[in-house]
Amino acid sequence: MIAYLGRRVIQSLLILLGVSLITFALLYLLPADPVRQIAGRSATPETVENIRRQLGLDQPFFIQYWHYLTSLLSGDLGRSYIQRSEVTELIVSRLPASLLLMVGAILCELVIGLTMGLLAAVRRGTATDQTLMVASFVGVSAPQFVVGLLLLYVFAVRLGWFPIGGYGTWRHLVLPSLTMGILGAGWYARMMRSSMIDVLRQDYMRTARAKGLARGAIIFRHALPNAILPVIAMIGIDIGIFMGGIVVVESVFGWPGIGQLAWQAIQRVDIPIIMGVTLVSAFAIVLGNLLADTVAPFIDPRIKLR
Amino acid sequence: MSKGAGNKRTGVFVPAVSVTAGPVLEISGLTVSVRGEDGERPVVSDLSLTLARGETLCIAGESGSGKSMTALAIMQLLPQPAARIESGTIRLRDIDRGGIDLAGLDERRMRRIRGDRIAMIFQEPMTSLNPVLSIGRQLVESIEAHTDLSRADARRRAIEALKAVRIPEAESRLKQFPHELSGGMRQRVMIAMALALKPDVLIADEPTTALDVTVQGEVLELLRDLQREHGTSVILITHDMGVVAEMADRVVIMRHGRMVEEGTAADIFARPQADYTRELLAAVPRIGTGVGRQKSAEQKSVEAEMPGSVAVVNDLHVHFDLRGGFFGQVNRRVHAVEGISFSIAPHETLALVGESGCGKSTTAKALAGLVPYYGDIVIGGRNLAGLGRDQRKAVRRDVQMIFQDPYASLDPRMRVGDLVAEPLLIHGIASKEERSQLVAALFERVGLSADQMELYPHEFSGGQRQRICIARALALKPKLIIADESVSALDVSVQARVLDLLKELQREFGIAYLFISHDMAVVENISDRVAVMYLGQIVEMGTRDQVFSNPRHPYTKRLIEAVPVPDPARRRPRFARLDQEIPSPTRKIGEEPPKLALKDLGNGHLVAVS
Repeated sequence: MIAYLGRRVIQSLLILLGVSLITFALLYLLPADPVRQIAGRSATPETVENIRRQLGLDQPFFIQYWHYLTSLLSGDLGRSYIQRSEVTELIVSRLPASLLLMVGAILCELVIGLTMGLLAAVRRGTATDQTLMVASFVGVSAPQFVVGLLLLYVFAVRLGWFPIGGYGTWRHLVLPSLTMGILGAGWYARMMRSSMIDVLRQDYMRTARAKGLARGAIIFRHALPNAILPVIAMIGIDIGIFMGGIVVVESVFGWPGIGQLAWQAIQRVDIPIIMGVTLVSAFAIVLGNLLADTVAPFIDPRIKLR
Repeated sequence: MSKGAGNKRTGVFVPAVSVTAGPVLEISGLTVSVRGEDGERPVVSDLSLTLARGETLCIAGESGSGKSMTALAIMQLLPQPAARIESGTIRLRDIDRGGIDLAGLDERRMRRIRGDRIAMIFQEPMTSLNPVLSIGRQLVESIEAHTDLSRADARRRAIEALKAVRIPEAESRLKQFPHELSGGMRQRVMIAMALALKPDVLIADEPTTALDVTVQGEVLELLRDLQREHGTSVILITHDMGVVAEMADRVVIMRHGRMVEEGTAADIFARPQADYTRELLAAVPRIGTGVGRQKSAEQKSVEAEMPGSVAVVNDLHVHFDLRGGFFGQVNRRVHAVEGISFSIAPHETLALVGESGCGKSTTAKALAGLVPYYGDIVIGGRNLAGLGRDQRKAVRRDVQMIFQDPYASLDPRMRVGDLVAEPLLIHGIASKEERSQLVAALFERVGLSADQMELYPHEFSGGQRQRICIARALALKPKLIIADESVSALDVSVQARVLDLLKELQREFGIAYLFISHDMAVVENISDRVAVMYLGQIVEMGTRDQVFSNPRHPYTKRLIEAVPVPDPARRRPRFARLDQEIPSPTRKIGEEPPKLALKDLGNGHLVAVS
């Protein structure tokens, strides 16, 4: 177990290194010039060159990358070009909001998706099954900004149950979480249904029935833990998808998280922030996958971490 | 009842428990039908039978006879929604009061019967236990489902149940998970679970079919003992007439969903009335009846490396590396095949026997070029080790394989004609027309007709499919055919016909067979020479007569003894139980398994000495 974790941590660090290199290279190759953005249109060529030198952007690519890496090792993500403050501080101040949104979204996904999938599998072939699968299809195919706006219109504007935007109470959390969660819920419903149908066919399910167990015990004790395994592996992957969705959803709902930060930074070619947010997202994805893989053996004793 | 009369007549057969107080289960006019693509059709028709208290009733028949459906109907566990009980009653009787008709019972009340009054064990011990729940949890929950016992008392009961099925260290087993136990152990856990609540009726559906023959012997013995202790009535469903002879008080023979014959075990075996019963019994392979083969023992004692051998295997090793540790380095190794040597002459059948995990299939795969190996494999005088890719492919034409599962070894999307023609295509032999003529001839030869070439595999029965596999293996006119458990999945009557076909083909084309099987009776019927494998090594090798009439190695003796004799008048003595399981062939790197030396007892009868 410890050997396994050690190996995975080393792997993870290598992945993060790769991500940083690729992102850095892409930003370097970008036609937009960050110095022009900072200096403004009326700046003289001398001022522009001065700023470029100050930021070290006149150096060759690998030197720039080397500087970035060495300060990264001491926990320094650099200073924002535009906002004139430490990237680390900016991200740390925004992260709790995004994490909260992510937890809310995962809860929505799991509660809605797993319930739908389980019900559809148990009622396989009935009208319930068909209705749920149509609903999951809609969830999977609806774009997030459409879902977000639709939810805002119905529940905030028309019904007034939830605030239109902002951050602070649980009421603020509901609509953005739902918007992010509905897509995943659709996927989970479909995965859970097929996984569950597969498990219900297994010999040990017949054994459970032959023992005279109650229906609840058969489904929740015998079938669910077996059926949920592929879904758990999926949660790790999901965090990556969330990182993409978070930019859109935070903008729609005015949610003060790192998605919003990233969106503003991209518009202004604020390289240190883009790098910082990318690395934090990559870290979250790597961590999510690691967690999902580490949890699996606790559910299925046949899985051994090596 | 005819039971007593049967005993008096034969004088050999004594029932374990005196049958008291009338039947516990009465089935009358049971019809079960299954809805398929072409409408509803009956799989059990108008079946009536009774099960007396304390007796063992065997329901025997081949696949599709409706025996398993009958069992599932009693338990109300028929596959939903396709199958249903169309008519008839299944009456479960109490000793003093009347009884209840299970066929008309709702799910809630049926649930109380299942596991408590009627318990069931299934064929596949490997998949019948839930992989994510511990043994203890699975045992305890079935006790809790039907009693008011506290968790601690239920746990105590579970330990007792495990002790009753003679599982060593019962208490610590509770924490284990199914994948940590062998097949035989898992089946014992199933039996413990079924008998923990002392049910009136135990239904065992092919309980030993998936087990090795020595383990089968132990499990049958155990079932018999437990039945004697508890007085449980047992319905034992099996296709194996040897198991029937060993276990049954009474026998019901079924075919196509109907009862063909019913009687005491002694009567059924000694005086079968129905033609089908007679055919079934005639088809059962028996040890000690191997028909004389065309060659004498002297001719067959082929020495290794003798010129003219089709295949010579010398000091063959196959290892599989297992990875572990911090950097995922190789730290353990499965010694699947550990230095075996044999040769096969033209016209000869060498049987490789042994239990699961002994390395017999791996040997076959090495010979067919499917796994990497160390050592020498010489085919048609050419050592494969020194050859290049293309030369090796050419040599391999002479070795073809027939696999165990005729359902899985034919691509379902290809026409069977194309499947048989494929080897010719791969080796670039013959034009398109010639190929189709060749294939047509092969179809005729294996007992199919040429117009069936256009059909797909699912349109054939298991036996027909195995004929297609044989035709495919014959297509390249090989010198050696490896038959890996090729008849194990077939019903006995089909098995007998396929074995006959293999013998005919050998006479006609002079093919040599490497016949791999766990079934000693089948081996005795088809082989010229026999090699017994244990833990990757050969422990005994010799002519069929040498090995079967004069087995010298204790493992060979045990294998032969374990085979149930299909004759209730000759029930074997108590089968000796081994307390430890067969050790694992997995070892740490650097730790070499002990090497067995073979000693010649004369006339090529080799036995391992340790």
